[in-house]
Amino acid sequence: MNEDSPIDAAMAADFVTHDRHLEDELLPQLVAHLREHRTKLRQEWAGRIQEAHLLHAMTPQEMGAETKSVYDNYVEVLETGSVEALQDYARDLSERIIPRGVETHEVVGIVLLLRDVLARSLFEKYQRDFSLLNRVLDAYEPAANRIANTVAVSFVDERERIIRRQQDAIRELSTPVLPVRERLLILPIIGVLDSERASQLTEQLLTGIRMHRAKVVVIDITGAPDVDETVANHLVQTVDASRLMGASVIITGLSPEIAQTLVTIGVDLSKMNTIGDLQGGLEEAEKLLGYTVSRQESSAR
Amino acid sequence: MEDTGPALVSILRQRSYLIASIHTALDDSQMIRFQEDLIQQIGERRSRGVIIDVAALDVLDSFGSKTLRNIGEMARLRGAKTVIVGIQPDVAFAMVKLGMGTGSVYTALDLEEGLEYLDDSVPRGASASGAYTSSLG
Repeated sequence: MNEDSPIDAAMAADFVTHDRHLEDELLPQLVAHLREHRTKLRQEWAGRIQEAHLLHAMTPQEMGAETKSVYDNYVEVLETGSVEALQDYARDLSERIIPRGVETHEVVGIVLLLRDVLARSLFEKYQRDFSLLNRVLDAYEPAANRIANTVAVSFVDERERIIRRQQDAIRELSTPVLPVRERLLILPIIGVLDSERASQLTEQLLTGIRMHRAKVVVIDITGAPDVDETVANHLVQTVDASRLMGASVIITGLSPEIAQTLVTIGVDLSKMNTIGDLQGGLEEAEKLLGYTVSRQESSAR
Repeated sequence: MEDTGPALVSILRQRSYLIASIHTALDDSQMIRFQEDLIQQIGERRSRGVIIDVAALDVLDSFGSKTLRNIGEMARLRGAKTVIVGIQPDVAFAMVKLGMGTGSVYTALDLEEGLEYLDDSVPRGASASGAYTSSLG
């Protein structure tokens, strides 16, 4: 590596018109340089990360280990031009750091910092030959940008995968149809009711009516913070469809907000049987089914 | 348009009720034929209740549900109460989505429920509950 050698300069001049070839020559040089100054550059990078207050979720030891392997991966990608290994590493890294609350901007931030640290070191090395520096950067920048891109995409992909998995879990939990007595089902709705959940609810309720031979269904929406017009209409349709299957529906737990919304947006609720709370709804349902619940005198004491 | 082939819907008499099971999707003229047969039999057999079982249907178009509604009205005029039973979940929701209900006609989950409903709501003298099987035919 001697940047001042006249041969280098001459070579560079010869290859001006052969960019492709030139890149092939320059990259190994560049990689060798980055390997040689590995410790110094890595420390500088770690310093910059600390200055920028990124990654405080990690301990200094962990950060040391991670910066080492990120650095090595980075240089390797520059050398081979293949991002696949990096992709795997980035995915693995994301998997480890996402649960600890590392944000997207931090991950992108540290990769960009590394890019800058390395670019600075290249500036320093080639500053005396401006045209050579230009070509070095021509070779370095696309590779560096591709790396930044890959890491960011892997991280975001991983996050999305986690979000999807959680959504699936929520969806499975979200609309239980529970038999409480013979021919009586309750359907507690908890969380935001969007149109996807609403149609899932309808499907589960109607098949539940069939399966349990239900005559009365209590839908409790105490846990639903809000409903919009589409969902409200969907709810009305669900009630009608349940009636077609021979079951009557009681809706309980309409919050003051939802009651106001429904009346304001003009959803026709005249056919809906609503009762204040779940307790009242169950009592009404039991009455419809002919149950009487009474407390034994002896156990009351 | 007149349908004169063999009836596609079996209409059975049980006590003072008629039980009609639709086994296959009917086209419009077959639907009309069914309506005519049923309304006629209500008078002939002095039925007090009609159960229409649609459990085998996985589609019910607007003409079909309108005809069922009409049958309910006509049967009422002839002195019988109508129950539609066995509407499948998908069919029920599709009907509601398309704005087709069963109007004033009562619906129940299945045949058993339908019979129970008629027993409760049809005023009767002779037919006693507990004689479900013996009185057929």
